[in-house]
Amino acid sequence: MKKRVDFTACVENEMRLFLPAKSVNEAMARSAVAAFCAQLDPTALELADLKCAVSEAVTNCIVHAYRDTEGEIELNVELCEGRLVRVTIRDKGCGIENVKAAREPLFTTDAEGERSGMGFTVMENFCDEVRVKSRVGKGTTVILLKRLHK
Amino acid sequence: MLRDRGQVVFEETEDGLIVHVGGEIDHHSAVSARRQIDERITLSYASKVYLELSGVEFMDSSGLGLIMGRYSLSKQSGKEFAVLDPSFAVVKMMNLCGMERMIRILKHKKSS
Repeated sequence: MKKRVDFTACVENEMRLFLPAKSVNEAMARSAVAAFCAQLDPTALELADLKCAVSEAVTNCIVHAYRDTEGEIELNVELCEGRLVRVTIRDKGCGIENVKAAREPLFTTDAEGERSGMGFTVMENFCDEVRVKSRVGKGTTVILLKRLHK
Repeated sequence: MLRDRGQVVFEETEDGLIVHVGGEIDHHSAVSARRQIDERITLSYASKVYLELSGVEFMDSSGLGLIMGRYSLSKQSGKEFAVLDPSFAVVKMMNLCGMERMIRILKHKKSS
């Protein structure tokens, strides 16, 4: 069991991005997060992990929340005390009926496409903690917490 | 960065069809890569398909779908399938779901 990350850490710097839910923006979203976090001088591996986790969350918004229709994705990156990075990815899409099931490895609702069902598993493996809040018909918020090493 | 038709390159060798994919594999780039590769695998007479991934700088779980899908198509078409020289980003992702137990991974570059 991973130790829960202190959620009350003081925010030292913050960036907010709003993006249309288009697949072409996936690369832009993860690169923007990585570029903003560069001021903390993370290792190449930490940056690669963070980019991957953000890419999964943003792809989920495009593929699942908005199901390839128009919509907006909100990205909020907070750099907190103690080298903690908190990335919040929010959509106003269809929501997740069963969050617990969705977080299971290999779970996917996409029968025809080629989604591997590994999105949340990747996020959990590449971050220290992942929080998911979702309401059907309202949208989903995913919070990624990653502590960078000294 | 893999953009549309950017970085999928095909090479027919005596040994089989080598599909070189490089750059960044995400949901966006995987869609067009998948279309190109499937068309080529279907048309090719080669008995072996190698997915060469040494030039992949970034890959998320969409890449896993891309690999699994091409593996299935090759099998259906009666072709052998292997992943060739996967980069660090690819290996890390494949290890997450134990894909190496199912798909053959070759570590020596067969292309010139």
